[in-house]
Order: sequence, then C-alpha cells, then structure tokens
Amino acid sequence: MAHDAAMGQSEAHYTTTGLDHRKILMWVFLASDCLFFGALISTYMVYRSNVPTGPGPEIFDIPYTSVSAFVLLMSSLTMVLALAALQRGNSRQARIWLLATALLGAVFLGGQYYEFTTFVEVHGLTLTTSVFGTSFFVLTGFHGTHVAIGVFMLLTLVGASMMGRLQPQHHLTVELVGLYWHFVDIVWIVIFTVVYLIPSGPSV
Amino acid sequence: MAMLMGVLARPTGTTGIWSWLTTIDHKRIGTLYLVTAFFFFIVAGIEAILMRLQLAVPDSTLISANVFSQLFTMHALTMIFLAIMPLSVAFFNWIVPLQIGARDVAFPRLNALSYWVFLFGAIILNLGWFTMTAPAAGWFAYANLTNNTFSPSAGMDFYVLGLLVLGTSSLLGAFNFVVTIINLRAPGMSLMRMPIFTWMAFITSFLLALAMPVITIGLIELGFDRFFGTNFFVFELGGDVLLWQHLFWVFGHPEVYILILPAMGIISEILPTFSRKPLFGFPVVVFSGLTIAFLGWSVWAHHMFAAGLGPVPDAVFATTTMAIAIPTGVKVFNWLATLWGGNIQLKTPMYFAIGFIALFTIGGLSGMTHAAAPSDLQQTDTYYIVAHIHYVLFGGSIMAILGGIFYWFPKMTGRMMNEYQGKWSFWLVFIGMNMTFGPMHYLGLVGMPRRNFTFPEGMGWDVWNLVASLSVLFMIFGIGLFVVNALRSARSGEVAGDDPWDARTLEWAMSSPPPHYNFAEIPVVHGRDALWEQKYPEEGHETPRPVPAGAADHEDDERHDIHMPSPSYFPLIVALGIFALGITLLLYRTSEPLGIAAGAIGLILLLWGSYGWIFEPPD
Repeated sequence: MAHDAAMGQSEAHYTTTGLDHRKILMWVFLASDCLFFGALISTYMVYRSNVPTGPGPEIFDIPYTSVSAFVLLMSSLTMVLALAALQRGNSRQARIWLLATALLGAVFLGGQYYEFTTFVEVHGLTLTTSVFGTSFFVLTGFHGTHVAIGVFMLLTLVGASMMGRLQPQHHLTVELVGLYWHFVDIVWIVIFTVVYLIPSGPSV
Repeated sequence: MAMLMGVLARPTGTTGIWSWLTTIDHKRIGTLYLVTAFFFFIVAGIEAILMRLQLAVPDSTLISANVFSQLFTMHALTMIFLAIMPLSVAFFNWIVPLQIGARDVAFPRLNALSYWVFLFGAIILNLGWFTMTAPAAGWFAYANLTNNTFSPSAGMDFYVLGLLVLGTSSLLGAFNFVVTIINLRAPGMSLMRMPIFTWMAFITSFLLALAMPVITIGLIELGFDRFFGTNFFVFELGGDVLLWQHLFWVFGHPEVYILILPAMGIISEILPTFSRKPLFGFPVVVFSGLTIAFLGWSVWAHHMFAAGLGPVPDAVFATTTMAIAIPTGVKVFNWLATLWGGNIQLKTPMYFAIGFIALFTIGGLSGMTHAAAPSDLQQTDTYYIVAHIHYVLFGGSIMAILGGIFYWFPKMTGRMMNEYQGKWSFWLVFIGMNMTFGPMHYLGLVGMPRRNFTFPEGMGWDVWNLVASLSVLFMIFGIGLFVVNALRSARSGEVAGDDPWDARTLEWAMSSPPPHYNFAEIPVVHGRDALWEQKYPEEGHETPRPVPAGAADHEDDERHDIHMPSPSYFPLIVALGIFALGITLLLYRTSEPLGIAAGAIGLILLLWGSYGWIFEPPD
C-alpha cells in the first residue's frame, strides 16, 4: 500500500506545463473576474454623468479615498513580504505579514464603510437615489466584497499558521491568495481612477 | 481545525445511490450530465409541442397568451442552459480526459460541484411551473419588461436566480476544463497533436470563462432592481434600457459559439473516423475555431439592429458579422474535403454528421442574410429568425449531439446502439426538422411575427403553420425511437469491444466501458491521431511504437490497485448551500423568517462544505 501511495503521489505531481493545477486555475479565475469588473465598470461609465435627482460625483472626498487607496496598495507590499518570508522558511514572520495584510485590508473596508455611511447620511446618496448612486454603490460594493473575501482567506491562513499547518512547503497556497489579493488591488487602482479621479463630462 | 469543522470520512461505496451522490469520477459525472440534460431536452421538447399545438390553426384558444409567453421563454432557456450546454459538458466530461490520456480532470471534486450546482440551478429555473409563473419575458429578457411593474409575478426572480446559479456551475466547469486541457495532457501531446474535439472543448471553456461574467453582472443588476429597488434599468431615474441589451448580447453572442463549437468538435471526430482519413487541414480547423471564438466577441450588436444604434455601429457590426462567416465556411469546406476521396462508411453517426453539415450550412446562410442590417430589419422578430436559430441549433448542435451519443455510446456502456433503429431515428428527425422549421423561413418572410400566441385567419399563414405543427410528429417518433434504442442497447445491445469503429483517438485505446482509472499506464503520444498511428504505423518508420495504454493489458486484473481519489460528500454539501442561498431572496419575498432561515442554512452549509473540502484528507 505504501508503494501505491507513493506512486499516486508522484503521478499527482505530473503536469504538462510543470505548473501546479491550482496556479493555472487562479489565473483563469482572475481572467474571468476581469470581465465581472469590466461589465460593472462599463455600467458605471455609462451612468456616471446621469444624475437626474440627488447628489452627484461632487460629493467624493478625493484626499480621504486616496489615503484608503494607499492603505490597500501597501497591503500588497506586506503580502509580498509574507510570501517571501515563507519561501525563506520563516513561518513566524510569514504569519506576521499575513496578519498585517489582513489588517490593512480591514482598514480599507472600514474606510469604505465610513465613506458609504457619510454618503448616505450626510449627502443623502443611497442605492436607490439615482442611477449614479446605484452604479456607484454596486461597483464599489462589489469590490469591497472581493476585499472582504480576501481578508477572510488571509485570516484563515493566519489561523492555519497558528495551528502549525502553514509550513514552508505550503508556499503555493500563500502565493495563490497573494495573486488574488494583488488582483483586487489592481482593480482598485482602475476603479479609483475611473470613479474618483476622472471628472465626469456633461450630462448626455 | 479539521476536527472543529467536523470533516466527514471520505465515502468508499462504489454502488448504490450514495456512490452517485458522492462520485468524483469524470465518467460518472459525465453520465449524470448526459441523463439530466437529455431529460431537460425532452421537457423543452414538450414545451415546443404545446406551442405548435396552439399554432396549428389560426385564432386558437387552447393556450392563453400568458402561458404561451412562459412556454417560449422556458423552451429557449431550457434548450440553451439545461439541454445543449450540459449535453456538451457531458461529452467534455466523458471524452476529454480519455482523449488527452488523463486519469481524471484536474479538479475532480470541483467537477462534481459543477454538476450539482447545475442541477439545483435547473430546479430553481423551473420552480415557476409549480405556480404557473415561469419567466415570460423571453430568454433575452429585455429591460424594462422585466422590472417589478411589468413583470410583477415571481417569474423573473426565477430567471435571475436560476441563471445566476447555472452560471456559477458553467464557470466552475469552464475553469476545470481549461486547467485540465492545459495541464493534464499525456507526454508528447503538444497542442497541435490534441484531438479536435478536445480543442473545441478548450476554446468553448475559454468562451464560457469570459462570457458568463458579463451576463452574471447583467443578472445581478436586474436582481438589484427587482429585489432592492435600484435603478439600473428604471428609465424614469436615468436607467438605460439599452445597457441590458448590450450586456446580454455581449454574453449572448459568444454563447452561440459555446453552443455550436462542441458540436463542430463532435462531427470533426466522426467524419475522419468514418471516412478513414485524417481530418483535412487540421491546423486550419483549429485556427478557424479560434478565429470564430475571437470574432464572436465583436458581433453582438447585430442582435440590436432594430434598436436604432445608428448607421455607423450598424455598418461596423454588419461587417464583423459577415467576417465571421469566413472561418465558419472554412470549416465546412474542411469537412467536405475530409469526406472527399475517403473510404466512407455510412454508419448512423456519419448520417448525423453529414446531416449537420447540410443543415448547419442552411442555417449559416440564413444567418448571413441577417448580417446585412437593412435586410435584418425586415426579418427582426419574424419566424425567419426562428427558422434560422433552429437550423443552427437543432440542425447543428442537436444533430451533432445525437450523432455524438451514438458514436461514443459503445465507449460509455460497452454496447453498440442498434444501427437500423439509429438510421430510422435519423431520417425521422431529419425530415421532421426540415418540415417544421423549413416553412418558418417562408412564414417569416411573409411577415408572421414570432412570440405571438396566435395569428388571425386569412393572412396566408394557415397551411404552413399546420404543416410545421404536424411535422413535429416525425421528431417525436425520431427522438422517442432514439431514447428507446439507447435504453435497450445499454442493457442488451451487441457487445462493442474496445474500438468498434476502428477510430483514431486515445479514448478507443482502452476497454469499453473504461476502467475507473482510465489508463493503466499514461500513454506517450507521438503524433496526431495517436491511436491510429499506433495501430497503423507508417511504412519505413523503424522505431517501435509503444503499446497503446490499456489496449493490451486491460484484462490484467493486477491493474486494479491504481490509486484514484475517493468520493467526497463536500461537493454536494457546498452545492446544497448554494441552492439554499439561491432561493433565499425568493423565500424572503413571501416570508421573511423563511428567507432568513434559508440564508442562514445556506451560509452554514457553504462554509462547512468549503472548510471540510479544504481540510479533507486526500484519500
């Protein structure tokens, strides 16, 4: 039986490209996710200057959102450090950087919560005020959901690490979560640019 | 953590209902897909029969307008999402791992999850029949007919949630097959040595992975409008109803190729086998498939010529649409050239394949007449369009799928289907399909509008409608005979042997039905048509060929010790979680506590299932 198991092991590791299945799976998923965001960002761009009632893009607080964008970008750095630490064989350091990444992600989510609350309570922009509100909240909310799922995965990794189940040989798992995390960051750069930085043209 | 999550021991049974509920074997999952999808094919057929009964005579009052709308909407949704797509996926499951020399797909449990999510999505989509409030806004569901004002019944809720769940299934399946085909090919099987059906599965999986997200976002936006009062498609508050059409057809046109490329792959296997020649211009067939898939993204607005986009977009999309006929035509000529000079054996699968070429070409030609925007304006919303799509999807996809079932049936069951009955079912379906859908070209050109529940007398439409309705009988008998043939042959058909058609690709190298591990030894591939090369080495080729895997030694019982992963409960648990989440909003509308309960159960099942999945021991 031991022989069988060893055989199964060696064959499970044979792949045509030499890459792990899971890594290709993550790349294909991210390609697919691009189209999710692509469709949502297109919707926002169609609707952004269409504000028949209620407040429009003038309520954006660009300095505030820039800070939270910076926080999210920094979390990509800590993610890289976490993976590098694990690949060096330093599980403890990897755990610290993973926790830092999760915390930075949580800070970003907190910032989004505060931003949404301000828009609703101070400016009166809700999900149903206008197509601008609808498409803004659904786009940024969809991204926030991605960040939340990422934080969840990072905390799972931290938990696994505390129980000693995240060893250097599991670096691929961290790398995959990292791929997802960097993707969510890159999408935020696009959303931040399209939604906040580019001024909307005259209403058509 | 594993203890906390209550990981279940992996089930071990190989017979009985539990073995089917927990199976992760690609062949069994393929069978599940095949049986389920064929069931829904018959359901969609019954919906079509009811519509033809209503349209047999003018001013008929058999079926009300409302029910008729539900019938044509559900007929299209069922045929597309619950019959043709999953029938293609059934072949992906059964055939792709065998053709590329793999023991299973890359992610066997994910594969099981795709099936269960598909089944639950199909159930959600069909829930409306229990209250006679099925979706009734057409499968394209144009805004703003779909909002709460104009579709107050729960029909569109079933549409949104059912398609979201089905989309999840399609995406998971597509990811799995992309990875499988990239990463599990046998040594020596370069991309250009890959069998053509696997190539088309590969391209289709990419199309699915990239097209499903677009409709998913459209559905999420529509769902937000219906459930949370947002304004995506509310005209008064700035919503743009054309946005739905764009999102829908950006998905919808690649979807057309998702439906036809696997069928093209099937007949590209059948034609060389029964012509006893290699597929003519293999690389060209591959590249024309890629070109079709690529151009398929640039033609969506030809569905919207009547929406008034303006002359420039109309001209652009008319041009791209005409361009896509080029690679399609290339394929047709390659198939003809494959037949040319071949030693043609007219077995039943060959009938279906040749029938495909003829009918698909007719459908393609009528498609070209919609490419010209001015001519399309005359045809939009008439029966001419109905005729076109049935020639490409029934004459194309369904003919190829029936041929594919007949062709691979011996591999799947170990027994042959009956040739005599097979030819009868071909002729009945072929005649019935032409006499039902052929007259619709004429009806459409003389102005009969589609999607109307009845038509007045004296328009000159009576005769051909009656002909179309009566001819459905041919198809009923043809498909009925096919089902009877399959069921009887599975039990008492002639024993097939490993390679009954003297075929070319690796799936025929092993016993029929294949052992659960597929290949005793992973084969080494030295050329295209790997099995053919091994059976008939070219003259002057001195190097000895390795014995095809399993061909020589499958009687050898010592092979049963090959280790395959055990079945698992978790795909079913996760799928049940997705199902509960899928019906949460539906229930919430009728009773809040019930909805909250369903949501909570769904989340618990999803989380438990996911963690159990991750921490499940490998065997």
